[in-house]
Amino acid sequence: MADTLLESSQRFTRRDRLKETLDTLAPVFLSIGVFIGVATVASLLLTVVTSGAHRLTPTLLTDYPHPNPVQAGMRSAILGTIWTVGLSALICIPLGIASALYLTEWSENRFVKRFLEVNIANLAGVPSIVFGLVGLSLLTYGLGWGRSIIAGAFTLAVMTLPLVTVAAAEAVKTIPEALKHGAYALGATKLQVTRYIILPKALPMMMTGAILAVSRAIGEAAPILVISGLLFIRQDPTSIFDRFTVMPLQIYNWVSRPQVAFQELSSAAILVLLLILLTMNAAAIALRYRYQRRLVL
Amino acid sequence: MQQTVFSPQLLENVRKKRVSNTLFNLLFLGASSISFITIMVIVGSLIYESTFFFSHVSLVEFFTGTEWTVLFVEKKFGVLPLLTATALTSAIALLVAVPAGLATAIYLSEYARPSLRRPVKSIIELLAGIPTVVYGYFALYFITPNLLKQLIPGISIHNALAVGLMIGVLIIPIVASLSEDAIYAVPEDFKQAAYALGARKIDVVFRVIVPAALSGILASIILAFTRAMGETMIAAIAGGFRVIFSTDPREAMQTMTSFIAQVATGDAPHGTVEYQSIFAVGLLLFIITLAFNLVAIQVVKRWQIRY
Repeated sequence: MADTLLESSQRFTRRDRLKETLDTLAPVFLSIGVFIGVATVASLLLTVVTSGAHRLTPTLLTDYPHPNPVQAGMRSAILGTIWTVGLSALICIPLGIASALYLTEWSENRFVKRFLEVNIANLAGVPSIVFGLVGLSLLTYGLGWGRSIIAGAFTLAVMTLPLVTVAAAEAVKTIPEALKHGAYALGATKLQVTRYIILPKALPMMMTGAILAVSRAIGEAAPILVISGLLFIRQDPTSIFDRFTVMPLQIYNWVSRPQVAFQELSSAAILVLLLILLTMNAAAIALRYRYQRRLVL
Repeated sequence: MQQTVFSPQLLENVRKKRVSNTLFNLLFLGASSISFITIMVIVGSLIYESTFFFSHVSLVEFFTGTEWTVLFVEKKFGVLPLLTATALTSAIALLVAVPAGLATAIYLSEYARPSLRRPVKSIIELLAGIPTVVYGYFALYFITPNLLKQLIPGISIHNALAVGLMIGVLIIPIVASLSEDAIYAVPEDFKQAAYALGARKIDVVFRVIVPAALSGILASIILAFTRAMGETMIAAIAGGFRVIFSTDPREAMQTMTSFIAQVATGDAPHGTVEYQSIFAVGLLLFIITLAFNLVAIQVVKRWQIRY
């Protein structure tokens, strides 16, 4: 029987058949790529939990560091993180929001705006350790602040500023033009539009970005290492000019010791750090969802 | 014709509003120019501190010397060993992050079921949120002993390979999310047209969508590379502090960033040559990353096709 047109069209050349196979296999290969990331997260968490879970005791949080790993805790590191990152958030969140307002609503010169945007992109690309070097040169020695909490806080603030700014600018951009135009049509000034339309609507999403930026600062070790050095601190901070250590630095200190007990100690400290970051991320996501539901005009 | 007369009260109100608007305009301008000021301050202070270093080390020695023994008694200042170590670890990182990140971006945007997309995306984004000390810990206590030791028996405890692999995982989200954005920006028409011509999905993806999104994908790779070069804690924990001029990834070797970290750990006294050297290395790192960032911005600007 002669081939019908349909049958001959179904007769694949070799190349076609290869392509057909590749076409079906493509999602498999691609998911191997995805698997690398997912597997790393899974095995990382597994390693940390198996190695550190039994060392996760209340005294880990309340004791000071100690040369004996059994008695060591991360109290000064936790307090140092709260002081340093808290202070840096107080500096960078208002500045980031103000900067975002300028870039999205207030600036009337296209070139100035473009110039500032490129600057922010460049700033975001500067390696974090370079911020540490500049903080050391300018704040610690230049201004004489020493290796203090405030020097660390300012350094972290400048480092996280681009993150807060970009997130806040994104938040402003989601506000419907109609709302703003309505206000302007009623004779509102720019300041009134900013105060009564933009800020109330965009603030939850801005805070989402701010929380994520702050959690970046919490995990950051390199710039703080440069400013503070690797310290053994057995007292609570009492002023912003005190010397300090932070959680990631304390972990670095413990990780670089060869004894197994210190490795377990660092695993437990990592668990604490990850739990804090996870809580903050969950808060940020919850905030985002709540806000998204309310955005219906 | 009668002239309109405004009440003094109204005029006063308008004036007040004008003043407050101008004030806030200046305030917001001030806030947003901090980014510019910061870049200037970074450049200024790095150059200022480096001049002390380069007053007794020649640029020729710095860029051509193959020995870096700043922390020893007999000091040599050739930055090449640190530079090659940074290049090597960053290149290994790209070998991991480019395939994995691109696969993730393509899978999520073109293949994944909608119900799978969100959880997978969150896990990949989680990778970017994990502190880098944790990656360093993982490289030192898991990757090297459990994976690399099995595959390459002669590998040392601290090695460039583990550092590169770990940084690679760290930068997957950068490649993945920026590439995904670029892929989403490709108009639906392109895909529909290709399908209408009878193209298979694989051809649509790799011969229509990926080429159309190429500028964004390239930019994401460049940005990921600069992030890899600046990564400090992974290199400091898992890479070791041994300075060698080598491209063998099984060796322990010190990168530019981990040198800075080592000197910082030792609390180098202000004004010593050790202290000055970290600014010279920092300046070099800053210039390289800034150059790559500017290239990435240019790539997007010049090659982006606006659909």
